[in-house]
Amino acid sequence: MIRRAVRFLDERLGTAPLLKKTLQYVFPDHWTFMLGEIALYAFVVLVATGIYLALFFEPSLAHVTYQGDYAPLRGHEMTKAFQSTLDLSFETKGGLLLRQTHHWAANVFVAAIVLHLLRILYTGASRKPRDLNVWIGTTLLALAVFEGYAGYSLPDDLLSGMGLAIGYSVLLSLPVVGAWLAVLVWGGQFPGKEVFEPRLFITHVFVIPIVMATLIAIHLAIIVRQKHTQFPGPGRTERNVVGSTLWPSYALRSTSLLLAVAGVLLLLGGLVQINPIWLYGPYHTYSATNGAQPDWYIGWLIGALRLMPPLEIHVFGYTLVPNPFFGGALFPLLVFGLLYSWPAIERRITGDHARHELLDRPRDVPWRTATISAFFSWVAVVFLAGSQDQVALHFHFSYVGLVWFFRVASVVVPLVVFFVTRRVAAELKETELHPLRLDR
Amino acid sequence: MKRWLIAALVLLLGKLRPPRALPPGRPVREPDRRAENLTFLLLLCAMAAAAAFIAFYFANPDTQFLGATLGLAFVLLAAACLVAGKRVVPQIEGVKERPELEHPFEQDEVVAVIAEGGEGVSRKRFFLLAGGGAAGLMGAALLTPALSCGPEANRVLSRSPWNRGRLLVTELDEPIVAAGIVVGELVTAFPSGADKEDIASPVIVVRVRPDELDLPDDRRGWAPEGLIGYSKICTHAGCAVSEYRYPSYGPTAPGPAVVCPCHYSTFSVTEGGKRIFGPAGRALPQLPLAINGDGQLVADGDFSGRPGPGWWGVRK
Amino acid sequence: MSGNPQRGRDLYLTGCQSCHGFDARGIQGTAPTLHGVGAASADFYLTTGRMPLDDPHSQPDRTEPAYDRQSIDDLVAYIGSLGGPEIPQVDVVGGRLNLGEGQRLFTNSCAACHQIAGRGGVMSGAFVPTLLEATPRQVVEAARIGPYVMPRFSETQLNDRELAAIARYVQYAKHPQNPGGWALFDVGPVPEGMVAWLIGLLALLLVIRMLGRNEAP
Ligand code: FES
Repeated sequence: MIRRAVRFLDERLGTAPLLKKTLQYVFPDHWTFMLGEIALYAFVVLVATGIYLALFFEPSLAHVTYQGDYAPLRGHEMTKAFQSTLDLSFETKGGLLLRQTHHWAANVFVAAIVLHLLRILYTGASRKPRDLNVWIGTTLLALAVFEGYAGYSLPDDLLSGMGLAIGYSVLLSLPVVGAWLAVLVWGGQFPGKEVFEPRLFITHVFVIPIVMATLIAIHLAIIVRQKHTQFPGPGRTERNVVGSTLWPSYALRSTSLLLAVAGVLLLLGGLVQINPIWLYGPYHTYSATNGAQPDWYIGWLIGALRLMPPLEIHVFGYTLVPNPFFGGALFPLLVFGLLYSWPAIERRITGDHARHELLDRPRDVPWRTATISAFFSWVAVVFLAGSQDQVALHFHFSYVGLVWFFRVASVVVPLVVFFVTRRVAAELKETELHPLRLDR
Repeated sequence: MKRWLIAALVLLLGKLRPPRALPPGRPVREPDRRAENLTFLLLLCAMAAAAAFIAFYFANPDTQFLGATLGLAFVLLAAACLVAGKRVVPQIEGVKERPELEHPFEQDEVVAVIAEGGEGVSRKRFFLLAGGGAAGLMGAALLTPALSCGPEANRVLSRSPWNRGRLLVTELDEPIVAAGIVVGELVTAFPSGADKEDIASPVIVVRVRPDELDLPDDRRGWAPEGLIGYSKICTHAGCAVSEYRYPSYGPTAPGPAVVCPCHYSTFSVTEGGKRIFGPAGRALPQLPLAINGDGQLVADGDFSGRPGPGWWGVRK
Repeated sequence: MSGNPQRGRDLYLTGCQSCHGFDARGIQGTAPTLHGVGAASADFYLTTGRMPLDDPHSQPDRTEPAYDRQSIDDLVAYIGSLGGPEIPQVDVVGGRLNLGEGQRLFTNSCAACHQIAGRGGVMSGAFVPTLLEATPRQVVEAARIGPYVMPRFSETQLNDRELAAIARYVQYAKHPQNPGGWALFDVGPVPEGMVAWLIGLLALLLVIRMLGRNEAP
């Protein structure tokens, strides 16, 4: 049976050597190397559930009066986009399950990418020859964040509308071209013409997913070409790769991960409510809710918008750079700019242009570990500031006081983190203690 | 339930003895009976969960039942693959050489091949320049159609439905009687006959005691009887400024202000919309109000500035 | 349910007069006069435990009422006798109230501060209380009197029926339909993000920990 299949393919495509090579492909299998795989499989779940949702969602801003199953919204004027999302949630069997699974998948997807990125940076996997893949991966992260924002904006509920207003303002704030771009994208002034929703839809379900899938394919192809990095150890050198072969163990394990990702996301989708748009109701430019928040991966941008002092650049009574530019555009440009240029920065600092296949442990290079920690703590502080209204509410801190606290923290924390991390890493390197178990 | 407990137990116990990777080479393997049994068990459970999902789909399509059964089916299958992958099948460790990425010799050859293609061509630099220029201008030409929106942008963004005498109406299109608004109240209003969703449409009208007012000199008369109007759209990033605080007893509470619930920019209502906290860079535009013969609120002109978020070149 | 103004006056003298003054005409800079605030105001502040207030310069927050029901009635009767609006009669069970209308009005008039499900919020300079414990009567009283820095809503803006519809929605929003499962307190994406990281991703980290190797390099 197997022989017949192998022969069938080989006779027609000459695939036997390739098959053999594939089956014996070697995966270094330290568990942290599977973080990217979690993201990959979350992407698979996103595509699968997304196709299902697209069969029911109507990307239209046409007005209707809701008469569906959810009583508190009956009689409300709303757009078809919102109504179809309600119907999908209340009247389609299994619709809510897949909608929630899709949303959880998005949240976990970006989280997995971030952890994967941290693993890459901390272990020095960003060095030559993998700088190429750092750039692609960083692009994927940016696209994932934007894709999530687009999805959050589609249902036209109160939160998506408020999020879009802010997105519009950030685009509008870009120097010189902002007004043109915003009017171009929205087809006019916010909230825009009818065409906006289909544009957003096609961007969310087609353009970005295609680009992402292509980049993921290239990302993986580069890994196949370069082979995965590995930690140093007996028998491992810069010139070989040691690990489990694809067949049989790794194939089963990777399948297991795919199934586990799908399973965990479905369990979340079925048991934990996410984005209850029926509670938020339809959006109008003149309505708002307190404590409106984006999904977590936009939190760092909201945080930046909230921490930014009321700075604007005016010349002769004309605005040149409106405030949202700093938090909403300059800050992410800076963060992603640093990520893109990290391989070059590192080369500049170390003067090391060699090819590296063996990884460092984070403690091995204290300055790098400290720098990366400081960088991420900076983003993390701003991220936390994004939820400061919830903090103020639930812990009864003054909001105004919190803004000042976070402004100071965003400067102080990275510095403290830098020195503490460098010290700890150096210490660990010397004593060879395990960071958590404190043995060995 | 019992089966599930046993499975969990076995899984836990199995975890206590992590399997060691075998050394390279192929020693004869004894089958691991326990792991095989466990895999079968997990596969059976996965089947049961999947069947339960189908049953629930028809009998009681409750999101929690559907999610729990289908999710469980996947998790169980994942567990089966995990046990099979780590314990049932042989653990083969492979060692491969990495490909040499660099080919210094071929690099030179590639450069030579490219150079060959330009042999006997004069004024290369000039060609390069002209070619680049052509490509650049072509790109610019392709982008130009986007500008058909461009020169309009400023005009599109500056349109306002407000003018002198325009009646203020509620969300349900009823005129607003000035005397009906009491001190400490906030009313959302729209220009009659205009699109309510337009950024320049919604305004908030509040009444304060006339002695609280501290408006700029050129806006005297904009707030008849202490009734003041402001754009409802935040000058920071376009949210609806709809939090209102008006102290019922002034001496022990913060003064009258409207607050935007997005990033909590705070605008004083008695001082012409001046920003007193938050990231907004401009004051909230004020709408001059008047009261017509029927006692209804009308606009007495356009806003004091552009409502909503700012852009390059907007008047401050 | 009718209070004794005489006893209320006695209670007033022990519990309230230090701020509001002997004759309830207020003390400049500390507390307002109570003449004209009416029974509605007294009932609201006392049943929500917001009065008496330790520090007259702090925001009155909801706590356990300091007085038992009878004492509150007495105090309300006393303050009511000084003039002002009566305690409003609210009936939210009546079938003529439309939940949909309540939702719409709540969104337009209340959600910006109290959050769309009444879970409370913040603004610069004040905290916005949650409505989880608010009774329909307290909702209507608060809307009419505008306690602390909350705006007021006159009858021209929200008539009694509309206000009752809002009160009905507030009751609904305490336990809204949550078909999606565990509702995460109905406060939006912040707890969702925590679940994504601390339950979803953490579970998957455990999975890869089992799947992969953890050799000490
Ligand atoms: S949108 Fe109003 S403060 Fe940012």
